[in-house]
Amino acid sequence: MDLSYSPEDRAFQDEIRAFLAEALPARLSDKVRTGAELTKADMEAWHAILNAKGWLATTWPKEFGGPGWTPVQRHIFEEECCRAFAPRVVPFGLNMLGPVLMRFGTPAQQQAYLPRILSGADWWCQGYSEPGAGSDLASLRTRAIRDGDTYVVNGQKTWTTLGQHANRIFCLVRTSTEGKPQQGISFLLIDLAAPGIEMRPIRLIEGGHEVNEVFFTDVRVPITNRVGAENEGWTIAKFLLGHERTNIAGVGFAVQAFEQLRAFARRPRGNGRRLIDDLLFAARLSEIEIELEAMKITNLRLLVAAQQTGAPGPESSMLKIKGTQIRQALNDLARRALGPAAAPFPLEALEGNAALVPLDQAANAARYFNSRKLSIFGGSNEIQRNILAKAKLGL
Amino acid sequence: MDFEPSDDRRVLADTLTRFLAAEYPIAHRNAVAYAAPYHDPDKWARLSDLGLLYALAPEAQGGMGGAGFDIATVFQPLGAALCPEPVLAALLSARLLVAAGHDLDPLLSGRTRYAAAIGEIDAPYDPAEITCAAQGGATGWTLHGRKSVVYGGGTADRLLVAARASEAVGLFEVASEAVEITAYGMIDGGGAAEVFLDATPAALLLPDAEATLHDALDHGALALCAEAVGAMDTAQALLLDHLRTRQQFGQPIGSFQALQHRMVDLTIEIEQARSITILAASRMGAEQQSRTVSMAKSHIGRTAKLVAEELIQLHGGIGMTWEHPAAHYAKRLVMIDHQLGDTDFHLQRVMAGYRGA
Repeated sequence: MDLSYSPEDRAFQDEIRAFLAEALPARLSDKVRTGAELTKADMEAWHAILNAKGWLATTWPKEFGGPGWTPVQRHIFEEECCRAFAPRVVPFGLNMLGPVLMRFGTPAQQQAYLPRILSGADWWCQGYSEPGAGSDLASLRTRAIRDGDTYVVNGQKTWTTLGQHANRIFCLVRTSTEGKPQQGISFLLIDLAAPGIEMRPIRLIEGGHEVNEVFFTDVRVPITNRVGAENEGWTIAKFLLGHERTNIAGVGFAVQAFEQLRAFARRPRGNGRRLIDDLLFAARLSEIEIELEAMKITNLRLLVAAQQTGAPGPESSMLKIKGTQIRQALNDLARRALGPAAAPFPLEALEGNAALVPLDQAANAARYFNSRKLSIFGGSNEIQRNILAKAKLGL
Repeated sequence: MDFEPSDDRRVLADTLTRFLAAEYPIAHRNAVAYAAPYHDPDKWARLSDLGLLYALAPEAQGGMGGAGFDIATVFQPLGAALCPEPVLAALLSARLLVAAGHDLDPLLSGRTRYAAAIGEIDAPYDPAEITCAAQGGATGWTLHGRKSVVYGGGTADRLLVAARASEAVGLFEVASEAVEITAYGMIDGGGAAEVFLDATPAALLLPDAEATLHDALDHGALALCAEAVGAMDTAQALLLDHLRTRQQFGQPIGSFQALQHRMVDLTIEIEQARSITILAASRMGAEQQSRTVSMAKSHIGRTAKLVAEELIQLHGGIGMTWEHPAAHYAKRLVMIDHQLGDTDFHLQRVMAGYRGA
């Protein structure tokens, strides 16, 4: 038993810290700290900084331009990025499609797309969910019918995160209605500039534009844009969802939120008393802190196990469930910590001298409502429980 | 970073697990845990011969361990087997005797049995609230008052007593024959005692023992966390077996999603409890020892009760019967929260860390 990082890992940590101190622009970390919306240019700028250092595609092996890090090193990197309030790397090309192409793509597809993911020439988005296919993804109905050298695609995708910035989308489409639903699915790469595609924004509960719905009407896609064999896309879909679970615990984000809330609660108030001295508040914060401290160790235990066995097991579903519960509990407490001052909307209604609370807490109500998504996306927490019951407990 | 036990600890855990499985099957455990003297003296002697107690004390004091992970290595198998032996009394006493600079070998060899008489009915968890009095005189010290629910107190040869002399709480040693002791069993098995001190002659070990008492109680709380993790592991195994084999509506009840999801939630909480116990074990002797142990004991208090209640509920009526092992695991898991600080007591110690700037 040794819970400390090795000397090599600590040196690695120092290297990351030094890099972030120098390379992360304050205008970006300020936005992340205050929960302000990042523009497309902000995200692209951060990607370019990381790419120049060779640290953008942290899950990629060296041969494809990744840094070749171990899971523990990736964890340290993510931890330090959160500590520094760096923007999140947009995962769709880097952590989802990239690994799929390396595993299932043709050499031509790898050469065509992987470098463009790194350079930022392509911004990918995800076409998985449909209005009628959420948790039951295999019931998807977007059709792709062969017509010579092309597929003709008709249907609708939804919950397409940051699709408004994207120029390409990877999609699960139905190429056969024979057999079990899982057996007729294929994986297509689609250019969003193709005729017949319409992307519409979906406004979320807190007012933000983060997700979209995408409509396909007679969209022609060359068959060379199919990854893997026809009707074998479900294998790819499952592989990709496994990669979606990297950093699923979100420990770094929880630590960020905890530290911000504790600092806020320690501020002296007009009445001379601090929120942290309120016993009920302190008790609630303590209970979350205890869960978070336990979660850090649970996450490390599973990371080290994954490092030894080579792949994360079904236990990563435990991280999804507990990690999202902790983050939602923190967002809930942070919202209530503001009292009536959580209400003004939009934030710009009270700017500058008119502001009620520090900028990094002002969006707490919006954060709370937005964070309800955490237990729904990436496989809802109920689906994660199904996975655990079957794969871990053997029920 | 490494979450595997060292070879020495693995051997100790395996030896202990095998011994307990062979010597304390649940029927025998229940037979000795609920009837005087509330443990098995013969098997206690054999446990001592295994060298179990030496793992609880540092090498410098004649032991072979004493680190947080050594304590966890001993107590997790004890919990898994629901062993009623007074190992907690030995651990608390060993920590106190180490601080007093005493020879530990009589305790560690199992020749002399000690119990730590710290808690009182109105000072159950915090040594600062102790009211038992110590008076110094020409012929030495005498103790006055009552110590309550002293674990292993009914079978101890020597008692280590915390008592207040003027301002400070001191640590004293008395011979069991010199005091009136009412021994009894506990609802979850094992023995405790009321100790009546009435001008009892005592030897002073430490004049100001408050820090020592806190340190001993931290170690005891860690031991209870590890014991709870062991008991929760067995509880989980009992539950999974029941869910796979119990048939209702023509199928195993484990095929019902309502029960599957509850079992998953329980599993996650047990893993979290294991993690926080590992963290606490790693911080024994470090600056954050007390706050981290309190995090663990507070978490365990909540989680162990949840596991106990689900253990009964998912077993249904059979879980309510004395005959079924689940009932005895459930009792132990709930009653651990009554020992050395419950979930709220320890939560307040965690909250205290927020005071100051």
